[in-house]
Amino acid sequence: MEILVCVKRVPDTSENEIEVNKDGTDIKRDDLVYSVNEWDNYAVEEAIQIVDRVGGSVTVVTVGDSDSEEILRREMAMGANNGILLSDDAFATTDGKGIATILKAIVQKGKYDLILTGAQADDGAGQVGGMLAAMLDMPYASLVNKIEDLDGKLKVGREIEGGNQEMNEIDLPCVLSIQTGINEPRYVGIRGIRKVASVDIPVHGLSDLGISADAIKAKVKRLDYFVPELGKGAEILEGSNDEIIEKLIELLKSKGGIK
Amino acid sequence: MAQQIFAYIVHKDGVPDDSAMELAAAAKKIDAGAALTAIVMGSGDNVDKVANAVASAYSEVWKVNKAEVAYPNAEIIRGMLVNMLPKGSIVLVPHVTFGMDLSPGLSVKLDTAYVADVVGIDGVSGSSLKIVRQEYSGQVSTHVECDISAGAVINVRGGCFKPEEANAGGKVVDKTADAGSVTAKRRFLEVVKGEVGEVDITKADVLVSVGRGIGEQDNLEIIRDLAKAMGAEVSCSRPIVDAKWLEKPRQVGTSGQTVKPKVYMALGISGSFQHLGGIKGSPFMVAINKNSKAPIFQVADVGVVADMLEFIPELTDKINDMK
Ligand SMILES: Cc1cc2nc3c(=O)[nH]c(=O)nc-3n(C[C@H](O)[C@H](O)[C@H](O)COP(=O)(O)OP(=O)(O)OC[C@H]3O[C@@H](n4cnc5c(N)ncnc54)[C@H](O)[C@@H]3O)c2cc1C
Repeated sequence: MEILVCVKRVPDTSENEIEVNKDGTDIKRDDLVYSVNEWDNYAVEEAIQIVDRVGGSVTVVTVGDSDSEEILRREMAMGANNGILLSDDAFATTDGKGIATILKAIVQKGKYDLILTGAQADDGAGQVGGMLAAMLDMPYASLVNKIEDLDGKLKVGREIEGGNQEMNEIDLPCVLSIQTGINEPRYVGIRGIRKVASVDIPVHGLSDLGISADAIKAKVKRLDYFVPELGKGAEILEGSNDEIIEKLIELLKSKGGIK
Repeated sequence: MAQQIFAYIVHKDGVPDDSAMELAAAAKKIDAGAALTAIVMGSGDNVDKVANAVASAYSEVWKVNKAEVAYPNAEIIRGMLVNMLPKGSIVLVPHVTFGMDLSPGLSVKLDTAYVADVVGIDGVSGSSLKIVRQEYSGQVSTHVECDISAGAVINVRGGCFKPEEANAGGKVVDKTADAGSVTAKRRFLEVVKGEVGEVDITKADVLVSVGRGIGEQDNLEIIRDLAKAMGAEVSCSRPIVDAKWLEKPRQVGTSGQTVKPKVYMALGISGSFQHLGGIKGSPFMVAINKNSKAPIFQVADVGVVADMLEFIPELTDKINDMK
């Protein structure tokens, strides 16, 4: 099975407090810790496990700037066989549909049976997989949390509301977006990273991919960033730890929180 | 703006989802004067029940009654919508798992713009629709401008628009013939119900709920100690279940359990909407988080800005001393 996994380098929200910059044009990026989008990491692990079972290879691809190479190498250290970087100044201002258009071009340069994306990334849009599938006329399933190989097709479980799972049969080639929890992504050690440090990662731009700048012109544009309007907001308890704890215990008792 | 607005109605067992009336409200924010049409697809009596139930908020309801969509297979429904919708339409879909499955591909097939998970609509100027979204799990918001000149597919987050009650008195129109037949390369098999655990957190009065802020599995001990001192059950956010540190039946949220406690302690939980979506009945909520800007503080009643690993053992000791 030839598998392509689309990955993205994003600020790690478990490592950073995301804040808006002074003029609201962006988030404060100076001291951010970046990593592979959490969902993508599960997708790469799943691809590696499938190839371990049925043979084939895993290619990871990202649309990003030169810094994104580090996450391709990280996923290769995990066990992906190849990496491809799609990079061009023109890509920076595109929207989700533009990203899917760029990815479509690289899919068509290869021969993949299965294309995986993460369920969503930092912008929470969860759009690229579904768009890519529609552009390629391939079937699609989102929020996949189980994959079983059948002959020439897959049995996939989609996560739906309330902890339930929707089972589907899907023909290959197809595109799936992967939900967290589907597997336990393996640990990547320094050793593994070193092993792939000098592997060649091809870079493709707009013209290599045969896309016109017009085809990826954004229809959806971010105007600004701002801090969400506060609701009523919590009463933040202040004082020494002892004072805070005393107040908190009183409140909990009065609301029936301590039995 | 002279575009027709459609709302896709999600329903189950003959009852429309809460989103049905919220989409009507969102549509009014785009264009209060637009013709507003609901689309109800399904099979059997349920279709009529749902169509009649939502008619009051829409000028028209299109119903499609077909065996192929007895279960909402997004691929088939997408094909039918492409057959039915006039070019340039604006299509509202709830941001639920079905909506996430359907919408991005639908926007490609209709050749329209797409905006996911919308929490607010600031109005239209010319062909530009101004929308509010959140990024980084709700830590920051953005205004997004969407070119709707060729139409748009818009996913709307639940609970962000006050349900429409106005009486539009819409008529129900049978559009089954227009939907056509669609063959799918993805076939629905069955729904597997989630596992039931030893503990039923949905019945607990007091929940001590732990999130990724706990850092390591071994640290869960401090949460168990606190729960024991308070006489509470332990629940959690999704990353704790993904890491297999606690069982799935303890997960609170849209893809986990819906809980209705009197008191909810959110410890090291950022407050993503999928987590909060599992908490009903507005319990007294205490949030402990080291990030003073965490979204959870917007919904909690009481907050403590602290490192939970230090704060919680102290709190537990004091509760135990008091007893
Ligand atoms: C389709 C879908 C369905 C989902 N369903 C669910 C669901 O049912 N339930 C659910 O919970 N999530 C669900 N999610 C995931 C959700 O979007 C969030 O990723 C998740 O809720 C985040 O969990 P968290 O708050 O524990 O972690 P994070 O967002 O990583 O937050 C951790 C918090 O801990 C704080 N913290 C860190 N260290 C400390 C410390 N030492 N002391 C105090 N505070 C600290 C941080 O400041 C941060 O606010 C779903 C996502 C998708 C896409």
